[in-house]
Amino acid sequence: MSAEQTSTLPQYPEKATLEGRNKFLGLWFFLGGETALFATLFGTYLGLRNSTAGGPTAQELFSLPLVFIMTVILLVSSLTSVLAVMAMRRKDMKGIIRWFIVTVILGLSFLGLEIYEFYEYTHAGLRWSESAFASAFYTLLGTHGAHVAFGCGWITALIVRNFRRPLDTYNAPKFYLASLYWHFIDVVWVFIFSLVYLLGVI
Amino acid sequence: MLLAGCGEENLSALRPKGTASKISFDMMMLSIYIMLGVFFVVAVIFTYVILKYRKRRGDEDIIPEQVEGNTTLEVIWTAIPILLLLILAIPTVLATFTLAAEEPQEGDDTLKIQVTAYQYWWDFNYPDLEFNTAQDLYIPVGEKIYVELTSKDVIHSFWVPALAGKMDTNPGLTNAMWIEAKEPGVYKGKCAELCGPSHALMDFRVIALEKDEFDAWVNHMKTAESAPQTEAAQAGEEIFTESCISCHAVGSEGGNIGPDLTVFGDRETLAGFLEMTDENIADWIKDPQALKPANHMPAFKDQLNDDEINALVAYLKELKAN
Amino acid sequence: MATHTEQVSLNRKQRSGIWDWITTVDHKKVGILYFLAGFFFFLLAGLEAVIIRVQLIYPELNIVSAQTFNELITMHGTTMIFLAAMPIFLGLMNCIVPLQIGARDVAFPFMNALGLWLFIFGGLLLNLSWFLGGAPDAGWTAYAPLSTDYSGTSGMDFYVLGLQIAGFGTLMGGINFLVTIINMRAPGMSFMRMPMFSWATFVTSALILFAFPPLTIGFFLLMFDRFFGSNFFVADAGGNVIIWEHIFWIFGHPEVYILILPAFGILSEVIPTFSRKRLFGYSAMVFATALIAFLGFMVWAHHMFTTGLGPVANSIFAVATMTIAIPTGVKIFNWLFTMWGGQIRFPTANLWAVAFIPSFLIGGMTGVMLSVAPADYHYHDTYFVVAHFHYVIVGGSVFGIFAGMYFWWPRIFGKMLNETLGKWHFWTFFVGFHLTFFPQHFLGLMGMPRRVFTFLEGQQLELGNFISSIGSFLMTIGSIILIINIIMTQAKKEVAEYDPWDGRTLDWAIPIPTPVYNFAQLPLVKGLDPLWVEKMNGNNKMTPAEPLDDIHMPNSSILPFVMSLCFFIASFGFIYDVLIVAILGIAGFFFCMLLRSLIDDHGYYIKKEELAPVVDEGGKA
Repeated sequence: MSAEQTSTLPQYPEKATLEGRNKFLGLWFFLGGETALFATLFGTYLGLRNSTAGGPTAQELFSLPLVFIMTVILLVSSLTSVLAVMAMRRKDMKGIIRWFIVTVILGLSFLGLEIYEFYEYTHAGLRWSESAFASAFYTLLGTHGAHVAFGCGWITALIVRNFRRPLDTYNAPKFYLASLYWHFIDVVWVFIFSLVYLLGVI
Repeated sequence: MLLAGCGEENLSALRPKGTASKISFDMMMLSIYIMLGVFFVVAVIFTYVILKYRKRRGDEDIIPEQVEGNTTLEVIWTAIPILLLLILAIPTVLATFTLAAEEPQEGDDTLKIQVTAYQYWWDFNYPDLEFNTAQDLYIPVGEKIYVELTSKDVIHSFWVPALAGKMDTNPGLTNAMWIEAKEPGVYKGKCAELCGPSHALMDFRVIALEKDEFDAWVNHMKTAESAPQTEAAQAGEEIFTESCISCHAVGSEGGNIGPDLTVFGDRETLAGFLEMTDENIADWIKDPQALKPANHMPAFKDQLNDDEINALVAYLKELKAN
Repeated sequence: MATHTEQVSLNRKQRSGIWDWITTVDHKKVGILYFLAGFFFFLLAGLEAVIIRVQLIYPELNIVSAQTFNELITMHGTTMIFLAAMPIFLGLMNCIVPLQIGARDVAFPFMNALGLWLFIFGGLLLNLSWFLGGAPDAGWTAYAPLSTDYSGTSGMDFYVLGLQIAGFGTLMGGINFLVTIINMRAPGMSFMRMPMFSWATFVTSALILFAFPPLTIGFFLLMFDRFFGSNFFVADAGGNVIIWEHIFWIFGHPEVYILILPAFGILSEVIPTFSRKRLFGYSAMVFATALIAFLGFMVWAHHMFTTGLGPVANSIFAVATMTIAIPTGVKIFNWLFTMWGGQIRFPTANLWAVAFIPSFLIGGMTGVMLSVAPADYHYHDTYFVVAHFHYVIVGGSVFGIFAGMYFWWPRIFGKMLNETLGKWHFWTFFVGFHLTFFPQHFLGLMGMPRRVFTFLEGQQLELGNFISSIGSFLMTIGSIILIINIIMTQAKKEVAEYDPWDGRTLDWAIPIPTPVYNFAQLPLVKGLDPLWVEKMNGNNKMTPAEPLDDIHMPNSSILPFVMSLCFFIASFGFIYDVLIVAILGIAGFFFCMLLRSLIDDHGYYIKKEELAPVVDEGGKA
């Protein structure tokens, strides 16, 4: 396809085809299901957060500065994925790729910090099978982390596949959906930040 | 009315012998009457429609009127059920609160019993009286008794249909309920939550005694001590001390892995469901798994010979409160 | 986009035989596979039920051991719910819903096939446990810690992983239907013109969407406790066994409605068709369906009245549960008044639909009785509950499935099921059903807990159990007659005629057998019961809403099968603690996902020249 064809793309290329609209709606429903999934994990965590069985407690462990940095990184990555979608509005494939690369890098740094955090906690005595609190904490955070990792993989695959291809109505929905998913992970983290960390230290 | 009197005298929830089960029974009957009324209305309409509006020969050319609906009817069959449910809901809430157990206050002389469920037997502890029984729960008639329930392994459920509804025993948590027997008798109790292969055999008995008989029983329990009379029983005691005591307690001595055997000789049943005969006791000791699958007692058929087992049986049968 | 036409091959590859079936993304074939696999599991779980009833025909029998009995009840319940009833409904939905709403396909044909194969491999995994050290034995509810630390076999591993995999599949099916129904309705097919079965599918899919993720988490927690030493349900380490009960029933109660709402939908198609009248109170029916689903999420703790949640929680959940009776009652009365004034025919399909009403009504009534918490303290975990939910699931869901089967068989398989055998099937199964389950109400109240491998003599439980077992034999005979009917029907050559039942909805406005593209031209929908509307206007077919044009179709793919196989293999890695196999399996799954993402798949086109002859022939499309 030529550049001319790119310029004839509609304003919202991600929703120009039925396939695109289906995927868009499907992902929203999927995120609805994911909400129920995380709600269950949060419920379990809240039910068990004081069940430390003599092991380390949340108050003893959590270090807010680190978590604050992680939060900022993830929130900024959400912003960069918005910038990518804004590039899509300008039909600027290079911009999309560029901003998504930044997003992935931020996502990976978040993951790195999370692994570091888990490592520290484990050495502070909060092993996975230490207490019900430990199991619930690692499961909730781990599930979120797995989502971040999956998101990084997904976006990377999109970047690699479309690196030299123009924007069209076939790949626009794919990018758009990835950014939507990425926002969702971010929102979940906001809840983790408040319900796990803030509630844990007070 | 048809329902009342169904089932075995001391087992059926339809023949309530306790205050709590009477409350439940009344709620059952109220809901059954309402529901039978509903069923009658639907059945009449159903039968009428099926008979009246069957397709008949010659109907082919007549197309039935395509009725869209009828708001008045919809309102009626929404409103009437709401009313019926209100009639049901209010007593439901009241009875739910009546049946809830409140912990007795300090100095209150309510009898308190701690029920602990194990795969597949029941331990009954009387904390204020400071003794234990297993499998047979003794209670006085005409008194509300406060029962605390927990479990040492999986979830079980404590159910004496004739006396009260059931309550789960959850490991790591404690539940509470109350029971009150209105007349003396031996009531059958069951485990009502799947707890493993022998779930079906995890029966127990509740023995409701008149107040003075109960007090006498308590006195005997407090003074109960094992003093075997016959020679065989004395031999049995020795074997017991050697082979059994690490799991089973008699009096203040012994382990708590298996049921307390202090008053084994008084038991209504063996293992909750077998007839208390010498033969059954001996068979049980030889191979408990054959009788109650997956229970935690090892078989003694290879450790003990027949004479030793007979001595043990003689000893066990002498373990009585009086 | 027209440009894509050139990128894709114009001639679709003709595949045949098994390869065609395992790579298909055609919703009709996916539906048939769902249906057949579900029916197989239905027979298997039925066989397990008969063994249960044989064991309980007399007191103190030892035909199967206590351990085996617990495995049988667990597998019977689990298989019937997850692997029989739900897949059969999903099969019917797949075959019928796109036709009913006037769509050529579903929204996600690839994901639809993936859902199917995940279900099949999950079901296979679960059932392999019989041969690999024993089936799960903690009941279909799998209460911890009986399902974690105290399980007698490795069966619970198969349970956790098999159902997890099957559950992913179901979730995909749910999302697929939600999007299909919202985005792909034919011109003029507004929501309030949509057939009730499609509505039921829509609402059921929403239930699946919100009910299955909690179960996914629940299974993960069980799995972590079993495999990786976590402490969610270990009381000594601070775990709480009640959390599993909550999670399970937050899923489990909506699940009940996932099983019954499609049956309601089928009834709302079958009864109007055979009464020759439109559905009475259509909008009330739609509203009632949505309300039942909504309330279905608010009442889970009525399964836990005896757990010890306290009188406040018990009262709230008791009253909330009662409210469900109201929309359900609305449905019953609307069906009755649909028949009122009609010309009711009684082919087997309608026999099942009509028999549904009183049978399900009894189940509903005992449901209200169960909601009365102080009385439930007795009902709970007894044969009264067993009787109740079999009245709902057999008298409701299964009768609904049978009604749908006899009704849509010509649509799905192109042939008419034999009516004589159908009636034999109906009467034996119907009588057997009531004989089996009616006495169980009394058994429960007379003190018989559920899930007991035997009962003792002399408790006056003998008669009820004997009648119950005899009834189950009669149901078995009915099922055998059904199998014979199916085999005989598929063996004969005679193809069903167009619109055999004087249908009302779009699914009957298509030639038999259904062409792969469903509609050569999308139909214009002019009202509720669009085909009936056209018939009343003197047409026997739909008015097209578009000119004849090329039809875009999805390519078939082997990936869904391979992806499900990967999970299947990974599961064995977990169960036998060979971590490398588990990792390879999961990596294989993600690799397939990557392939799917990297390889462009634009589908293919059926050229209008190929379609023209079909339309000219006066085909009813």
